[in-house]
Amino acid sequence: MKRNSWQEYQKEIADDDYYYVRSCIRQNFFPGSEKAFLDILRNDVGKNIIEEPMHTSCTGIGYHSDIVPMETIMTVVARQFALMTEAGFENFTSSCITSFGIYTEMLETWHEFPETEERTREYLYKATGREFNKPKNLAHTSDVMFKHRGAIAAKMKHPLVNVFTGRPLRVVEHIGCHYAKIFPKKGVGGSEFPYVLAGMIESWGGEVVDYPERRHCCGFGFRNYLVQANRGFSVANSHKKLESMKPYKPDFIVTNCPGCSMFLDKWQYTIAEMEGDTYGQDGRGIPVLTYEEMAGLVLGYDPWALGMQMHQVDVEPLLDKMGIAYDPAAKYLGPNGKFIGQPDPAAVNMNCTPTPILRTL
Amino acid sequence: MTKKVIIIGGGPAGMQTAASLLDLGIKPVIIEKSDRIGGKLNDWHQLFPTFTPAHEVLAKLKGSMKDARVITGTAVESIGKDGVSLSDGSTMEADAVVVASGFNLFRAELKEELGYTIYDNVYTTVDIEHMLNDGKVAMKDGRTPQRIAFLHCVGSRDEKVNQRHCSKVCCVTGVKQAMELKAMFPQSEVYNFYMDIRMFGPGYEEMYRRAQEEFNIHFVRGRISEASETIDRRVQIKAEDTLIGRPLKMTVDMLILIVGMTAGESNRRFAETKGVELQPSGFVAPADSFTLNTCSGVPNIFYAGTVTAPKNLGESINEGVAAAQQVARYLNRR
Repeated sequence: MKRNSWQEYQKEIADDDYYYVRSCIRQNFFPGSEKAFLDILRNDVGKNIIEEPMHTSCTGIGYHSDIVPMETIMTVVARQFALMTEAGFENFTSSCITSFGIYTEMLETWHEFPETEERTREYLYKATGREFNKPKNLAHTSDVMFKHRGAIAAKMKHPLVNVFTGRPLRVVEHIGCHYAKIFPKKGVGGSEFPYVLAGMIESWGGEVVDYPERRHCCGFGFRNYLVQANRGFSVANSHKKLESMKPYKPDFIVTNCPGCSMFLDKWQYTIAEMEGDTYGQDGRGIPVLTYEEMAGLVLGYDPWALGMQMHQVDVEPLLDKMGIAYDPAAKYLGPNGKFIGQPDPAAVNMNCTPTPILRTL
Repeated sequence: MTKKVIIIGGGPAGMQTAASLLDLGIKPVIIEKSDRIGGKLNDWHQLFPTFTPAHEVLAKLKGSMKDARVITGTAVESIGKDGVSLSDGSTMEADAVVVASGFNLFRAELKEELGYTIYDNVYTTVDIEHMLNDGKVAMKDGRTPQRIAFLHCVGSRDEKVNQRHCSKVCCVTGVKQAMELKAMFPQSEVYNFYMDIRMFGPGYEEMYRRAQEEFNIHFVRGRISEASETIDRRVQIKAEDTLIGRPLKMTVDMLILIVGMTAGESNRRFAETKGVELQPSGFVAPADSFTLNTCSGVPNIFYAGTVTAPKNLGESINEGVAAAQQVARYLNRR
């Protein structure tokens, strides 16, 4: 993809010592991703990152749905920063782009309207007795992974290359609306031609696909999905994107946002059922990966340990293209070896033939 | 004693200033940083609203100032009390200096969402003038365009790129080029996306009407929010048609960005060193915007043309006449 003025723009991203906060929904949809991020940072890149059980949701979903007031979310954000301060950290990294957008928005609001920061400090102190420092550096976890993409490339076991053709895998990247559309300067590469995921893809041997609806929303859009009557909008947006990327024959999609990962993956099943439209190789869907899963595969992590059996669209065609060995029989076995259940065959996973042994479990 | 006058910039305003000074018996020196005089008029094909070939006007201007001394390939680095310092390290004395350093074209690539220099078939109005001069307007791969979209106000009236001012002449340029391309490709569909159409000059409104009635050019009131490339290298655009209140998406063969005028890059340095005022737009402020448009406030420094604001060609040339008069009056009083 040709890029222009923002290509060289890279935000400041701390090199080490991160205070990590989770997304409130990713652990359900892509349960291995956050663990993979921590493992990769600690074990493969050798960085110091702390995760504490005391932190909470940022309440961003409630905020964007108009049920959490501004003062409340500011105080919640302040509490997260207080936990970081108490832990002795200065670099805050968030696993969710909506949270990242929220933290950025609150810091910007405090900067522009200092009285709101003073009020928030007062609310937090009254409610919890806590005080906080603002982070020295705020980054989304994909920023952190982008920062260390070279170190990951140095340990790469499975580059993003089709082992049958020797050609780079064609990858659609989707950064999500809250990463850079609200504050373009806070995203690597800006908002029009963002480079955060593209940089990882290129560093690890893949080729970024540009397509007409690249910048379009995945369809989550909060109210599009959360209000049931609007859900058709959500499906329609995902459908628009999938139709637009179809002629480019992408090998997989990589996303930045918890919602985007979910909707671009799961709506493929819905669209197949509703419209009969299927995408990807042999109509089996286009696999949708989180950037942690992409990094994990590149580094040689087991796909089932990464939680990729939880995807709606089967990832096996992609694993085959990357030359990754996997045990089909272990796909639906949890970490303790116990059968975790298996989806019924559908257009996007019709080849996930269960083994006779698993059927009897 | 012969009075020495230096004109900074050899575009139309500078050329006319020279011609008018010659008429008044003063022999000026034009210092032009590029390798030829004529300024941006060299790039233009035909001029609105009469479709007069630009080279005809240029030839007239050149003819009228042929006795002036011209130094090309040399920039003025600074203006001192009694002269100027040049980029070759030399200095040149002057009793008066006319700043006719013109404007810059807005760099369309800064509106990254429109894909200029990223996508094959996104062009600027300047590119189209070049193509018209070369006698061939075509898509990047040589195909004939069947559907063409113009976008007005690229780099004008846009706070996001710190260009709040109206560049004034882009509306009529866009209409002129739309008519030229429609005449060249009668089977094509031509769309102009605008937020306002500001037809301020004589004959402009009539030309705009002809564009609609005789050339069947479609004017859509709405900004294009983004451009993307399709798999066959055409350009998908998204806009809102604000007159019917609906979003619009279409694919065109060529997207042409009607780029605005930005303040000359030397204005800020000039203002800082000479203590003259800049307008918020970055164009220099004349001593008085009603009666002293060609005066700077510094007694021996004068302005002509678009150094003070976006102007059309006729206005710039008139300012050359006016600046020469002001210079002559100043020199006579000394």
